[in-house]
Parts: sequence; C-alpha cells; structure tokens
Amino acid sequence: MSEIFTIALIFSTIRTATPLLLAALGGLYSERAGVINIALEGLMLAGAFTAAAVTHYAGSPWVGLVAGIGAGVAVAAIHAVACIRFNADQVVSGTAINILMTGVPAMLSGALFLSSGSTPQIPKDNLIPWTPVVLALLLVFVTWYVLYRTPFGLRLRAVGENPEAADAAGVNVNRIRYSGVLLSGALAAIGGAYLSIGQSSLFTRNMTSGRGFIALAALILGKWRPVQTMLACLLFGLTEAISIQMQGVFKPYGEEIPVQFIIVVPYVLTIIVLAGFIGLSRAPRALGVPYQKER
Amino acid sequence: MKLLRELFFPLVAVLAAFVLGGIFVWLIGDNPFETYRLLIGSAFSWPDGIGYTLFYATPLIFTGLAVAVAFRCGLLNIGAEGQLYVAAFATAWVGIKFGGTVVDVFGTPVNYSWMTLPGVVLVPLAILTAIFVGAAWGAIPGILKARFGSHEVINTIMLNFIAIALVSYFTQYHFKQAGDPILQTVPIGAGVHLPRLGSFVPGLPTRIPLNLAFLFALLACVLVYIFLWRTKWGYAIRATGANPTAAEYGGISTGKQIVLAMAVSGGLAGMVGINEVLGYRYRYYDGFSAGYGFTGIAVALLGRNHPLGVLLSALLFGMLIRGGIFVDAFSGKVSKDLVEVLQAIVILFVACEALFRGSFGKFGLLKRSKV
Repeated sequence: MSEIFTIALIFSTIRTATPLLLAALGGLYSERAGVINIALEGLMLAGAFTAAAVTHYAGSPWVGLVAGIGAGVAVAAIHAVACIRFNADQVVSGTAINILMTGVPAMLSGALFLSSGSTPQIPKDNLIPWTPVVLALLLVFVTWYVLYRTPFGLRLRAVGENPEAADAAGVNVNRIRYSGVLLSGALAAIGGAYLSIGQSSLFTRNMTSGRGFIALAALILGKWRPVQTMLACLLFGLTEAISIQMQGVFKPYGEEIPVQFIIVVPYVLTIIVLAGFIGLSRAPRALGVPYQKER
Repeated sequence: MKLLRELFFPLVAVLAAFVLGGIFVWLIGDNPFETYRLLIGSAFSWPDGIGYTLFYATPLIFTGLAVAVAFRCGLLNIGAEGQLYVAAFATAWVGIKFGGTVVDVFGTPVNYSWMTLPGVVLVPLAILTAIFVGAAWGAIPGILKARFGSHEVINTIMLNFIAIALVSYFTQYHFKQAGDPILQTVPIGAGVHLPRLGSFVPGLPTRIPLNLAFLFALLACVLVYIFLWRTKWGYAIRATGANPTAAEYGGISTGKQIVLAMAVSGGLAGMVGINEVLGYRYRYYDGFSAGYGFTGIAVALLGRNHPLGVLLSALLFGMLIRGGIFVDAFSGKVSKDLVEVLQAIVILFVACEALFRGSFGKFGLLKRSKV
C-alpha cells in the first residue's frame, strides 16, 4: 500500500482537484443564492475552449484566461436570465447549457481551426500550470471570508435561505442572484481554463468529461461550505489521481482491483451523504425556487 | 383548437432555434439555407433517409417517454443515460448466456451459453430483462427520494457515472473476448436478434438497422398514454406531480408514486437496450449512447411531456441526427455539432416559456407572466 501514497500522488491529487475546486466554489456562489447550477460542466467547457483559442491567437495565457472568464460569465448570464428573469426550471436550463457547450466549441473549432473539436497545440511557455492551483486554494479562504464576514455574503445566504425576508429587509433578491450565477460562471471558467491551458496544452472535445458534475457532487458532499467543499474536492481528486497512476491496474494486496471500483467511490459517497447517513447535507432552503416579488 | 394551441408553442421554439442556429452558421461563414437544406432534405429520401431517421428516432422515443413520465410526477430524470446502459448490458447478458453458439470476432464458433433457449422464450426474456433492469436502476433514486428526501437530480447524475463504470467493468473483465481491441462484449446468440423492418417492408433494404424495436417504441407511446390518462396509477402519478400536498390530502401516497414513476421511467429508458443490442449491434458496445438520455430531456420538453408530442419531437431530432451526418460531409465549415446547438436552444426556449406565454398582441414579449 505504501508505494501508492507518494509525493507524486499528493501533487497529482492537488492538480486534479484544482478544476473541481474552482468549479465547486463557483457553484457555491450560485447555489447559496438559491439558483441550482448543473451548468457547471458547460461553463467549464466555455472557459476551457475560449482560453485555449484566445491563447493561441494572442500568444498570452493571461489574455486567454481573461477571455475564458468572460466566456464563462456570458454563458452563465444565459442561465441567469433564463432562471431569474423567465423562471425557467433551473435544472432544465442547466442541462440545455451543458448540451449547448458541447456543440458550440466543437462548431467554432471546426470553423476556426478546421478540426473536429480541438484547438491547436499551445507552446509550453504559454501555459499556466500552477497559478490556478494557488488561486483555487486562495479562493477557498476568500470565499469563506466573503460568505461569512461581508454584507454581500450575508445577503447571498439570506437570498438563498429566505428570499422573502431578505426582500423585506431591502435586499434586491434578483440582483444578488444574478451576481451569484455570474460569479459561478467566472470561477467555473477558470477551472475549465486550467484544464486547457494549465494541465494540458490544447482544448479537446468534451475535455471536462463530467468534472462539472463531480464539482457539483463535491459541493453537496461539502454541504455548500467552502472548506468542506475543498476537502471533498481533494477526495475526488485523490480517486482520480489513483486511477491515473494505476493505469487501470491497482494491486494493493496482490489482488487486482479494477479501476472502475475506485472511480465510483466519490459517486457512491455522494449518494450516501445526500441520503443523510453521514451527517445531514442540507441545501439552501430556497434552492431551485424562483423568487416572485409580491405586488 | 386545443391541439393547435399545444402545437403552437413548440413550433415557435423550434423556429426560434432554427433562426438563432442559422445566424450562428452565418457568423461561422457558411450559408445557413444550404446547411438547413442538407440537414433536413436528406431525411426524406426513400429508403435511406426515412429508414435512418426512424432508426435514430427510436432510442429518443424511449428516453423522451421516460423523461416525460417522470416529469408528470414532478421529477426530473436525468438518469435515463445510466438506466439505458445497465439495461442494454443486462439484455446482452441474457443473449450471451442463453443464446447458444455464436461466431466470435476472429470467425470461430464459440459457445458462451449456459443453455440455449428457443427464440420464442428468449426474445421476450431479453426484452423483459431490459425493461426490468432499467426499472430497477430507475427506482433507486425514486426510493432515495421517497425514503430520505434526497434530490433525484443529483442522485441520477451520480447513478449515471456508477452505471457507466459498472457496465464498463463487467464488459472489460468478464464479457470481453480476449484479444478484441474494442471494449465490447462477445456477440449474443442469433436466436435473440430482432428482425430488421427491411425483412417485412418492400423496398426497405435490411442493411438499414431500423428494426422491430421501432414498433415497440410506437407501442410504448400508446401504452404510456393509457397508463398516464386511463389508469388509477397514472392518475395518482399526475396528481402527485401537479400538487403533492393536495395529492397527499386526497389519500394518495406520494412516496409510492415517486418510486413507481421512476421505475416506469427507468423501464422505458431501458428499452433503448432492445433497439441497440437486440436490433442493431447484437452485442453490448461500451459507450454506445450518444447522449440519448440527455436528448430525451429535449424530446420530452418539446413534446409537452405527452406521448404524441414525444413521438413527433423524437422524429424531428432523429431527422436532425441523420441530417447532421450530411452537414458534416458536405458543408464547408459547419459540423454536425449544429444539431446539439439547435437542441440546446430548443430546450432553453421551451424552458423559458414565460418569454412567450400570454404576451401576444400586447407587445409584452418581455413582460413577466404570473406562474
């Protein structure tokens, strides 16, 4: 067992946890404000594609990163308008965005780069392999501070728990919700950008491969709290790191354990936690409920 | 008149999606009219266009119905993807274990079966296995919701991942032929193959994989209609979906309806396995679903969660999938991913129904309506 838990594995865990953590923190802002965000997957894809494409043209990953954030915010705005302005079912809207963002980057890369869904390779000097990792860890504490120590955080939580009361206290419910969803777009996009211009050196079709959903699971496992969410992301990162390191073969006791059994651990754990077997994971009370101001 | 009103809104949504999609195509630098001619025109030729359109529509009818039944109970089943995977694998398992001698990938006859059952027994057994395994997998989030109140959306997402890992494990470690480079099971026995419609329909060649499962899909539409609107179970499910509190006061056990609706939903999703395994590939092929479970959400929404609407919108999406292949091949810059973009815009418009509802003649397109 000992040769598995090496320094390399720890670093690999942190690196695989980073995109999850960024997306999960994004989801936290949205869901704490009461808007379900299963669009994280699509938001990550928007960030990943835009960051890689713009880095290719601009030659600077920082320009790419900023463009990626812009794309994430723009796509999140669609989700926000649908959910907040038009009372769309938040899960349905999120699903639509996920489908949209598998299609749009593929079409654009087909037109721009004449490829079937990937961007050209970016030179190694133009990658940002560590900044997002540090940023993600910093953002955990920033998020904690914002959420529990600032008026904005108080309003965000109030809007997610009891929008009527927040409204009565003079908070503009919808404005706070817009901020939450747009922030989620920005953070998830950084997570996506890290995949395309941090971990690897190009955007490939559907490169998030479910990470947005895993981030959502981590958010639930972390009970919608920043530090616990980080721990959940690290756990999910660990299982991914192990399955990468073992290349499908995991032999802790001489007996081969199929990689699939390691992959499912976080998912099973999420179901168990959600069912309330390991502490209660309670969603913000107004999560998924559109707010209608009384007239 | 009521039918017209029901049809009007989805048509507007589709039209809006095509207009926006067209603008997107134009921005990319292709001719939208030419693209749409390829996308739609290729679907109407006989026999290939119609045959393939119906074939691609078949899984979408099943998943669309699956999502619709859950919707009627107030549940969003985004787990059809996982349900259809476990069901497809299970039906392949029946075909392998009871189907008799098969010819393997290297052309050698092999027998993997415990026993060889005759077709009259085996085909219904394989079909029922797909339905029941799908239903069982679908019932899990139903039970979790009814018993523990945990949200079905998260649980179905998690169960999708678990299902995919599970069947990929069984395929890779227990049912793959050694030396086969593709992650797929050994073939199922010939006795369990569903006939292709080409064997009955004059002019339709049997190379087109449209098979008996399409007729099952049509039958499923009728049965779902009867179930939802002509049985007491369907009534209880719809009552739960419309207003759970009122249903509970009316003596309906909402928990049971949630489990029942999810099981029926899962069973319908599982029927995709019949089309895929028994009617098309004659084996389980890992990762075969092109997001049928998610497209099913678009199909159900556009079809107003009604079997007839599901049928029509599944045909539309089947047509787009067929046309997408031609767009890929014959247009300059646009790829078949346009289909996904159109799908997504349709879902968004249908979801934002308030954008259209009750606002005509008042220039109130952007006026918020009271829900």
